[in-house]
Amino acid sequence: MSEDIARMSAELASNPDSLVFLRLGEELRVAEQHDAALKIASAGVERHATLADARDLLGRVLADAGRLREAQDQWNEAVRLEPRSLGARKGLGFLCFKSGDWDAALDNLEIALSIDPSDKAVVHGLANVRTAVESFEREQGRLSGPNFSGLEGAKDGMLLADDRGRVLGGGIVDNQGQNRSEEVCAQLAGVVQEATRACKMLGLGNWEWIAGEAEANNLHVTRPTETSLLLLVRDRSIPAGRLAIMADKAVASARQWLQEQFG
Amino acid sequence: MSADLQKKLEEVTRVRGVMGAMIVGAGDGLVVAESLMEGVRGNAVAALAASLFSRFGDASSASGAGAPKFIHLQADEGSLVALPGADDVIVVAVTDVGVNVGLVRLEMQRVVEAGT
Repeated sequence: MSEDIARMSAELASNPDSLVFLRLGEELRVAEQHDAALKIASAGVERHATLADARDLLGRVLADAGRLREAQDQWNEAVRLEPRSLGARKGLGFLCFKSGDWDAALDNLEIALSIDPSDKAVVHGLANVRTAVESFEREQGRLSGPNFSGLEGAKDGMLLADDRGRVLGGGIVDNQGQNRSEEVCAQLAGVVQEATRACKMLGLGNWEWIAGEAEANNLHVTRPTETSLLLLVRDRSIPAGRLAIMADKAVASARQWLQEQFG
Repeated sequence: MSADLQKKLEEVTRVRGVMGAMIVGAGDGLVVAESLMEGVRGNAVAALAASLFSRFGDASSASGAGAPKFIHLQADEGSLVALPGADDVIVVAVTDVGVNVGLVRLEMQRVVEAGT
């Protein structure tokens, strides 16, 4: 037994109402002491029935034990108590994906992403669900060819996303030829969330664009409409000022494209 | 922090339109050094700039562009610019809307060269 677990166990024994059970249960779960974790998490829920974190912990422990239906019940209760429970949203997202309920998986993971855009498990999970949905729809003939066709430069280095981190069109391919659009979109949602917060708190007004120069490429993020984002990526030979002009043109095309697609 | 570094920071603030310049811990968003006009909330700028820089870095890396060397957030009433220094810090400036960003960046680069 690790020192931490021993110390937290002693603390909980001396004060059974302590919230230390949340950390203790998680430590035990991670240490694969499943029975002990279940005992601690169940007792925690008994004592703190209206605490979403307690329900989330029990959900995780039950999921590890393969008791998925019971885990789902705990996570559903957690989001009823706290709709922005990150752990419960993640758990429900993965369970729904596993059971083939992709719409519910997307809903839960998108909420999780809005709670913590930097959570890599959510970013990757969301990308997997969207890829699965797209493949399925393509197989069913519901998607015919790439989105965003007709927009210059849209095949690579230009990405149009909605403000919830979903790809609307375009694509970003990395140096290894991997399509990174989903992951970039999800990360962009976090960037925009931070930009909005920074501008509001520093009294800078509304953000208009973000330009970045990175090791390999220059980037420009802008907002064609209130609910969409456009990322333009070009190699370092295109200076930031020129990239901004290209972005302005792309914004105009994107607005027109959005209008044509969605009215 | 050396007097030379503080002086370089003050030179950033002397550029017309700059409301404040700071050196900020990239990981914790805490102020390492600052030269601010009255009314600029240093702690808020530091925390928000570090967080934005980190998030932008995640997006940039995900796209294959690599780590950011400079970022410029333009808003309708001002801007925030940041570039990385050594030892896990970033140099940050907050400006009003009409600033010469190229000049600000040059002075910020001098802060980095002075030994952040």
